[in-house]
Amino acid sequence: MRQETAQRDPAPRAATGARGPITLAARQTRLAWVLLAPTLAVVALVALYPLVQTFYLSLTNARLASAAPVEFVGLENYRFLIQDFAFRDAVTITVLFTLITVAFEFLLGLLFALVINSSFRGRGPMRAAMLIPWAIPTVISAQMWKWMYNDVYGVVNDLLVNRLGLIGRPIAFVAADTTTALLSIAAVDIWKTTPFVALLLLAGLQVIPGDVYEAADVDGANRLQQFFSITLPLLRPAILVTLIFRTLDALRVFDVFFVMFGARPDMQPLAVYAQQYLVNFSDLGYGSAICVAIFALIAVFVAIYVRVFRVEE
Amino acid sequence: MRQMLYRLVMLLMAALLVVSCGGQQTGGTEPGAAPAPTTPAEAPAPTTDTAAEPTTDTAAEPTTDTAAEPTAEGGLAATSGPAEEGQTEGQTGAISLENPPPVPNAEAARQYSGATIIYYGDSVGLGAEIDQILAQRFTEDTGINVNVIAKPQDATENYAVYQRFFQAQSQDVDVMMLDVIWPAAFAPHLADLSQALATEAQGHYESIIENNTVNGQLVAMPWFADFGMLYYRTDLLEKYGFSAPPTTWDELEQMAQTIQDGEQASNPNFAGFVWQGAAYEGLTCNALEWLASAGGNIIENGQVTVNSPEAVEMLTRAQGWIGTISPQGVTSYREEDARNIFQGGNAAFMRNWPYVYAAASQEDSPIAGNFDVAPLPMAGEEGQHVGTVGGWQLGVSRYSQNQEAAIEFVRYMTSPEVQTYRAVVGSYIPTIPSVAEDPQVLQAMPFLENLADVVRVTRPSNALGENYNQGSTIFFQGVSRILQGQSPEEVLPQVEQQLQRFVQS
Repeated sequence: MRQETAQRDPAPRAATGARGPITLAARQTRLAWVLLAPTLAVVALVALYPLVQTFYLSLTNARLASAAPVEFVGLENYRFLIQDFAFRDAVTITVLFTLITVAFEFLLGLLFALVINSSFRGRGPMRAAMLIPWAIPTVISAQMWKWMYNDVYGVVNDLLVNRLGLIGRPIAFVAADTTTALLSIAAVDIWKTTPFVALLLLAGLQVIPGDVYEAADVDGANRLQQFFSITLPLLRPAILVTLIFRTLDALRVFDVFFVMFGARPDMQPLAVYAQQYLVNFSDLGYGSAICVAIFALIAVFVAIYVRVFRVEE
Repeated sequence: MRQMLYRLVMLLMAALLVVSCGGQQTGGTEPGAAPAPTTPAEAPAPTTDTAAEPTTDTAAEPTTDTAAEPTAEGGLAATSGPAEEGQTEGQTGAISLENPPPVPNAEAARQYSGATIIYYGDSVGLGAEIDQILAQRFTEDTGINVNVIAKPQDATENYAVYQRFFQAQSQDVDVMMLDVIWPAAFAPHLADLSQALATEAQGHYESIIENNTVNGQLVAMPWFADFGMLYYRTDLLEKYGFSAPPTTWDELEQMAQTIQDGEQASNPNFAGFVWQGAAYEGLTCNALEWLASAGGNIIENGQVTVNSPEAVEMLTRAQGWIGTISPQGVTSYREEDARNIFQGGNAAFMRNWPYVYAAASQEDSPIAGNFDVAPLPMAGEEGQHVGTVGGWQLGVSRYSQNQEAAIEFVRYMTSPEVQTYRAVVGSYIPTIPSVAEDPQVLQAMPFLENLADVVRVTRPSNALGENYNQGSTIFFQGVSRILQGQSPEEVLPQVEQQLQRFVQS
């Protein structure tokens, strides 16, 4: 669109581009691109280049520290990936874990955020204390929980069996069948990440102006109606951000599974499975193919979210 | 003015691109995923052992980590105990920590005097100290300088560091410690010792020398050995009227059940038999012992033999232990978990490595004086007493600039004199039968006597070569599925099929 420049240049010249005189808007756009260029270059180097290399490696049979030459094998790795039952198990456990943890973290986080948002005595210290699980490094808290879950000397079993008498014999949470183990580790992750979700949602809540609620009170809406008609819609951008954050993190979960279960075959999420191939087996080709699969899975989830939560700018 | 700004920015971008692309190696295999080749100065950033006791030497290390154990859990037992025992018991005079043996062939070795070799050795506590003392003695006697650098504590990280060295064909390491399952994986990068150390090699246990011989080349010299053994509570056996430790699995099950039933009346957490059932390299060791005790194996003579009636029988038996004589949690136990339970007095039997002997004999151990070791049971009258071989070797890098000097150092470190010294002072089990029968060594480690006839069975690292980690993972994940409840008849054929892909004909 052509616009007449409103201001005069300090040194007026007839600057011309390919389509006639360059407008101020066009000049500013070009300047913006030029100033962004260094950043884009760095991002390309740090993010794009490894990504492209991963794609490339997934089409080869590269190995780490191997005397054999690297050969281009095309889609061989992907053909194996499709019929690899261990990969399918990994996808299943990852998606199940994601669904359970994101759902619970979101609900609990929203609850916490609503509670913290209201004013009560000790709110400040409460907000700080709430963040402690999130602040502890995951590896350490996972190990801590693993010891707590132990069936011989663990605190959880001691409480349930000896002190509260809720169950007869101790449960080996970490060694148990897939379902119990999955729920146990989901509990650990929910404990750790709910404060983070609460924090993100709290930020969103605090932006909502108070007079909207006052108007709703005047109109006679009760708390529940206010929540669903005012709070949730206005919170949409924050919810979108939170869900994307948590879903992506859950799909890429590594440390908590690695510490609690190690190489246990039915409890290996995609990241642990990829790490096993890349590092333990030195198989860069197949490991890269798994990484590409993770990338694709995450892309699918992000696309779903952006579609569902179409937020008007 | 603006033109200059644009040109400047374009130049900057171009410069960035040139710098980044120009730095790339020509080897197109450069793995983007792997970190850049390190120099030795960078490599030994020791992972700080979070265990209270700092003497985590590699005698204690169970040589099992292909799945990297978090160092928090890897708080391995102190073997500083036997060092003190050895020193007080080593009253035979000659052997004490400060008094290492002389270099046997110092005259011949002095021809390489002046060379400097870098030795990638033990990281912590007593092992590291012993390394320094021996290196010093070697330098005094031969004039060859030895630079001792601590290797990473965690075995998986160690493996990864070696991979990077060899990928870069680095000259920065001459002699290095190798886990017993690594020679086949690193064979292309290790120097052949079969000519220089032929005579010495004949003095060591044959099975370990075989393990270290890849394609006819001896790529590593045995340095110290570990093998699986059965720990048992002498006081409990006596209490329940058993005169001797079990020799068959049936006997073990019977004794464990009786003792557990009796003890659980007062101690609900008491377990009959604890072992390493978590899905990691240690499970490969345990399961191999079960199979071999019945005459079976994973891979034998280049054939995958894991899907055998013996394997089905033993794995079904092990599956039956869980919930009866072994606690449910045993499928999450590694070495330290089992040790904590047994040493705390909460188990009658345990399968573990020799390092526990020293730890449980310390003064503050609840079971000190009330336990002993025996060979692992056999499957029946046709079975055999076996123990999976652990332990470490010494190898020389093919890219070393001082191979002869390095070989002399290896000759010294694996000599009978030094192995005796290390056995008495540090409780490192020797790999030379004559040293294992030496009275001074037997005094420091009395259990070596009744375990002399145990068949040392090795894991199939040679057959699987550089795919050992993957093959072992396939095996232990299969065993893990069986322990979780799947039927061996279903799982073993899958394991067999997957292993077939890797076995070199």
